Amino acid sequence: MSIILAAEALSCVRQDRVLFENLNFQLSAGQVLYIQGKNGAGKSSLLRLLAGLTLPEDGQILFRGKPLSGQSEEFAEQLLFIGHHSGIHPQLTALQNLAFWSALSEQAVADPYQLLGSLGLAGLEDIPCFMLSAGQQRRVSLARLWFSTKPVWILDEPFTSLDQQLIATLEQHFLQHLAKGGLIVLTSHQSLSADYPALQAIELEYRW
Amino acid sequence: MVMWRALVQRELQLLGRQKADWLNPLVFFLLVLSLFPLGIGPEPGMLKQIAPGLVWIAALLSVLLSAERLFKDDYRYGVIEQLVAGRQGLFSYVTAKICCHWLSTGVPLVLVSPLIAVLLGLDWQSWQVLVVTLLLGTPVLSLLSVLGAALTMAADKGGILQALIILPLYIPLLIFASGAMEAAATALPYTGQLAVLLAFLLFALALVPLAVRQALRMNVG
Repeated sequence: MSIILAAEALSCVRQDRVLFENLNFQLSAGQVLYIQGKNGAGKSSLLRLLAGLTLPEDGQILFRGKPLSGQSEEFAEQLLFIGHHSGIHPQLTALQNLAFWSALSEQAVADPYQLLGSLGLAGLEDIPCFMLSAGQQRRVSLARLWFSTKPVWILDEPFTSLDQQLIATLEQHFLQHLAKGGLIVLTSHQSLSADYPALQAIELEYRW
Repeated sequence: MVMWRALVQRELQLLGRQKADWLNPLVFFLLVLSLFPLGIGPEPGMLKQIAPGLVWIAALLSVLLSAERLFKDDYRYGVIEQLVAGRQGLFSYVTAKICCHWLSTGVPLVLVSPLIAVLLGLDWQSWQVLVVTLLLGTPVLSLLSVLGAALTMAADKGGILQALIILPLYIPLLIFASGAMEAAATALPYTGQLAVLLAFLLFALALVPLAVRQALRMNVG
């Protein structure tokens, strides 16, 4: 199976502190990269590197066997990145936020009410998101995963403030995405409970 | 185009929710201009003479006032980070932002200009020139303000920094816009000044959106 995303001897330095060095992995379609580590160990920094937002101190990231830096446009077309912040504007309603992200990804949502309803947000579609709880805001943010057609998902702490039931729903959705040949990179402090066909785990150590 | 329309719609929804963002600059503009006749005295000759400079200084400051928070929320909530990662929507987002900023700050100034003409005792001809300079000049103000906001969005208290970056760029605009109005008031030809304003506008229109996109990328990376 061909390798889609790979890291070679990747290093990251933030504020004169080496977060990680000589990190290697190879991911092909249908695989999950599960990044663990203490607070401040560099999980989010690694995701930002992989999303092409920052450049590595050393080493390189390969997308379909070629360096990412030369084909960032092509990579961005395949990428869905949800960072540490949800990307939800609290003054807008769930529907308006959804419309914004669906317009940007040029994916029409067939029935936004039904989608939000299936995420337990029935009846809350029309109120500004700042009135929703943290978990409900996270659900609005993650609703993108249900209409996205991008194969590469990079998700920073997707389970934060979600309840057990929605975590299970989300993990089922992850499995469907992987079965369709997708690829997921995610960080979490929780252990994954679903049975993933091909899981790679990286534990980042907190270093001084 | 569908994407762009949706982005403009989002900006308008935000303006609808956060009315202070566009009402404050407008009220500021009107307040400043209504205080001048009170402070300087209602003598029509005097007011008429200083009106061009006054109107444009008030317009500059009110647009500057409106720009500080332009990208703050989207930056804080991670919208811009995700736009930069996704790339293709970023340019449309920038142009939608500029467009809506002008609609919410420049256009209201044009709309209240008859009131300004009454306050400052401008005649019919001077008011017409005022409207033309505002129509040509306020888009440039919006473009530059959006650039300033993009450069300073990650700074905690970016307001003063933004003013320092952007005010020097406003100055040529101030000179030519008030120059056109003065020339019109003394019945001199003013098409030259208007042509310079138009040139500013076209130049800014071509370059600023690209610069804003780059500034957003830089601030996220």
